[in-house]
Amino acid sequence: MFKYFPHTADDVRQMLDVIGVGSLEELYAEVPEELKYQGALNIPSAMSEVEVRNAVRSLAADNQPVEACYAGNGAYDHYQPSVVPYIASRSEFSTSYTPYQAEISQGTLQYIFEYQTMMADLTGMDISNASMYDGSTATAEAMMMCVANAKKRNKVLISATFLPQVLDVVATYAHYHGVELIRVPEKDGVMDKQAAIALLEADDVAGLICCQHNRYGLIEDFSGLADACHAHKALLAINSVAADLAILRTPGEWGADIACGDAQSLGIPVGYGGPYIGYLCVKEALVRRMPGRLVGATTDVNGQRAFVLTLQAREQHIRREKATSNICTAQGFMCLYVAAYLSLMGEKGLREAGQLSYAGAHYLHDALIKTNIFEEAYPGQLYTNEFTLRLKDGVLAPLFIDYMLQHGILAGVAVAADQVTIAVTEKYTREDLDRYLELVAEWPEERLFFPMTQADLDEYNKEIETMTEEAHGKCAGCSCENA
Amino acid sequence: MNNKYYGKLIFEHSRQGRVGYSLPENNYPAECAMQLPEEQKRQSGTLLPETDELTVVRHYTNMSNNNFGVDTGFYPLGSCTMKYNPKINEELAQLPELNIHPQTPVDAAQGCLGIYYQTQQMLSEIAGMSEFTLNPYAGAHGELTGLMVIRRYHEHNGDGARVKVLVPDSAHGTNPASAAVCGLQVVQVKSLPDGTVDVDDLKTHLGPDVAAMMMTNPNTLGIFERRIPEIARLVHECGALMYYDGANLNPMLGVCRPGDMGFDVMHINLHKTFSTPHGGGGPGSGPVGVRKGLEDFLPSPRVIKSEYGYGLDYGKESLGSISYHLSNFAVITRAYCYLLSLGKENIPMAGKLSVLNANYIKERLKDYYQLPIDGLCKHEFVFDGLRAEYGGDHHDDGHVTTLDVAKRLLDYGFHAPTIYFPLLFHEALMIEPTETESKDTLDEFIGVMQKIAVEARDEREMVRTAPHTTPVRRLDDVKAVKEPHFTFKAFQS
Amino acid sequence: MAKVIEGLYYAESHEYVRVDGEYGYVGITDYAQNQLGNVVYVDMPEVDDDVAAGEVFGAVESVKAASDLISPVSGTVVEINEALEDEPELVNQDAFENWIMKVKLSDPAEVENLMDAAAYEAICK
Repeated sequence: MFKYFPHTADDVRQMLDVIGVGSLEELYAEVPEELKYQGALNIPSAMSEVEVRNAVRSLAADNQPVEACYAGNGAYDHYQPSVVPYIASRSEFSTSYTPYQAEISQGTLQYIFEYQTMMADLTGMDISNASMYDGSTATAEAMMMCVANAKKRNKVLISATFLPQVLDVVATYAHYHGVELIRVPEKDGVMDKQAAIALLEADDVAGLICCQHNRYGLIEDFSGLADACHAHKALLAINSVAADLAILRTPGEWGADIACGDAQSLGIPVGYGGPYIGYLCVKEALVRRMPGRLVGATTDVNGQRAFVLTLQAREQHIRREKATSNICTAQGFMCLYVAAYLSLMGEKGLREAGQLSYAGAHYLHDALIKTNIFEEAYPGQLYTNEFTLRLKDGVLAPLFIDYMLQHGILAGVAVAADQVTIAVTEKYTREDLDRYLELVAEWPEERLFFPMTQADLDEYNKEIETMTEEAHGKCAGCSCENA
Repeated sequence: MNNKYYGKLIFEHSRQGRVGYSLPENNYPAECAMQLPEEQKRQSGTLLPETDELTVVRHYTNMSNNNFGVDTGFYPLGSCTMKYNPKINEELAQLPELNIHPQTPVDAAQGCLGIYYQTQQMLSEIAGMSEFTLNPYAGAHGELTGLMVIRRYHEHNGDGARVKVLVPDSAHGTNPASAAVCGLQVVQVKSLPDGTVDVDDLKTHLGPDVAAMMMTNPNTLGIFERRIPEIARLVHECGALMYYDGANLNPMLGVCRPGDMGFDVMHINLHKTFSTPHGGGGPGSGPVGVRKGLEDFLPSPRVIKSEYGYGLDYGKESLGSISYHLSNFAVITRAYCYLLSLGKENIPMAGKLSVLNANYIKERLKDYYQLPIDGLCKHEFVFDGLRAEYGGDHHDDGHVTTLDVAKRLLDYGFHAPTIYFPLLFHEALMIEPTETESKDTLDEFIGVMQKIAVEARDEREMVRTAPHTTPVRRLDDVKAVKEPHFTFKAFQS
Repeated sequence: MAKVIEGLYYAESHEYVRVDGEYGYVGITDYAQNQLGNVVYVDMPEVDDDVAAGEVFGAVESVKAASDLISPVSGTVVEINEALEDEPELVNQDAFENWIMKVKLSDPAEVENLMDAAAYEAICK
């Protein structure tokens, strides 16, 4: 037989006898013959464990080795304490299901309760749910909450300074959910607040969604926005990078009704995009509009404090089509990463990591400007650990990324023809950054041989833009901005 | 599992001045030190604990001992396919070489893209579909994505008036919720007494406003929908598409493919059929497959293969993007390892043995528990509570309920089946053993279920107050809602 | 047995309306509260909202179920039973005493489409 199937031939025969059929095939007697699959599936033959390991390792070797990762764009290569994956390797946690049977699931319920406490606290909100898929879908859920809350309004404003990946996801949800999504334009690399306030004037907006740490790495200022939203009965949702929240003014302190985003930055590896964890936190008044699982404290029949899934009447399995969302997942296992990470780091560790990342980013930024190869893309704007530079002399940003990759460094993300966004975390030391700078200094002059003109660059950027727009060709007939 | 309750929260271990981390010294020049305008700074302190490393390790280890998982014991949770989660998958999903940044240029990410592409190819073959996207994060996300594909298809054909989705009344609540998020209206189709779709009722709903019919096969009762070719024909004739909810794909592996049954769009739960761990509720993965002709509508980006290697495609017909990047990549890697391990020889055996296990339990327990629909089931089946002679008489106010049976099972070291679903029965008890459980385990479970039936008859009060030996006893659900505490703040003095 | 009161009008979806001049008091029936079990939350409309007969105006939740509230009458909400915000269990204690919303009826004749006590009692059996 096979290592995952414990049945002996004798077992199978005895069991078939109890059922009263002659063979395994007869268990499918009611399936019409013409629907049955004949022959062998066209997939590889079974492999031994050694062969599986070799096959996957050999594929993994096709990835170019990267020693240092300075790409950000929503996913940050922070230091992960060794205890975090160690705790996460406990299979009592990983091989369990959603904690429906609370009496034998207190482990899962407790760490989710800790996660909820930590995220509500970090964001400055009252309540966190037990998590969402990722930051982009959490932002889409925030948008759906806004329209569910407003009942009769279906217009939502979103800042154009969000990462394109997040904007795309929210636009997709908006289109199919029947939400009119309006982009608030950017000005000097941040959301044009006056434009947002002007759009609220019509009193038909359900909510405004902003991002605190934006696509260029810039930190936005939301003063006055909460009052403007509330004066027009719109909700304010703020998306933040979770790791920033120990140092930056929180969504709660800005007066937001909803805080959403990705908590990958709290102890979760970059892992080629997932699993990450979306967070969604709200003010108490909105709790019944909040999608997703929620763990609460209660007592058992002996009066013992214990934890349980609660307010389930909001959710899809009971409310069916009336639920705010269809989500069933709590990214439970990733809550464990975040809870363990924050338990170890505490406020002090998180602040220290934030300060190191900030200092590293500013050190690298200033030194790169001095090379005369780069110039500031958004001079004078505030940033913490991520910044955007423009390559001078018509040099293409992907050329820079390719050059650095040949030396084992993912130098950043080419976000436009001549722009690169670079993120620094506490995982990389000053010595690592000096190595980065050395490589930049050694960048051969060939890069200057075929300079792009401004017209070339514009053309290139337009192509990227069109590609994104075409991905949104769907919005014909929809009044959202992609139409 | 340890039945002694641990119950402490990490905040209760916090002591001012303890640290659980170490970071490099800040040796950057002074001018690089953090400078934030006052109004941009966090104004308040945090609740985060101050703990040392060993305290944290013990805390979570003790908590894990109060948790039940597949590695702890039998988990017959209907509709959830709690099969064994192989350990080689865990090892390989954590290879450092695969832990690369999602914005790594595609030329430098050929290994990850290869795993993604080959997994999508194998799933297409197993399901009888033309192409899969692995971008959806979970089953519900897959359903939503699949419905978006369908809406995109109708939009593309200038057929935007199709806004209704037909769903059998036995369907999972997620189906209607996904339809509503996708801006579609749900219409329920009745079931016949044998649990299958009432085709006559279906006919009354078909028309130019129908976008799709959503089904599982076998359905939520574990019954194979024999009339599926006729249903598919009727739905296609009215211009709508057939959607397959892959929640129940396991028993069909290698025996009967959704594509061959006439389905156009489907999702698979990698955390069910393809052995990835459920992680206490996530991360999952919900790949969506489509038949030939619908590929271009799949979400962006699509992973493609050309003479230059693997690449990403952002086609203009795509429904848009639904994930930050390529979804839960580490979950996909686990499923890839599982597929390689089983290969074409063992995949069909997984399905057959899951059906064998389910039917074996059903036959041996049907004298004790009410079996509303007799006959062969597939990977799972539903009892409607205890039989009347074993204390399950609904007309008796003090009867032993399905909840009581479920809780009593916990005392015996088993996870409970799915209860009170599907909604067609008052006392539904839905059992899905999966193929990875041995006859010995099943016999032990059967023995305990029989014993509980006898207890329900003879020692009713004891069953009604179960569980008795678990770390905590029955919890007060009403109090949890009426006096809601969602954070530790509730316990701070 | 579930209590049914003479003189009220009943809907098939288990809401009642007690007519008082040009106003109607709308709630759920004793049968409905009994079916739901412990009511833990009542999602009520806002004063000045317009409601229409046959349309959803709110929801009641128990721990493991939620049920939409369907208005048996049309009109404008003039008052909601604020006591239910803090004590939703009042619905279990006396469903007829603890109405959910008071509506100024736009079409008082509409109630004739509803059931009387005897007819309602019959469908609850």
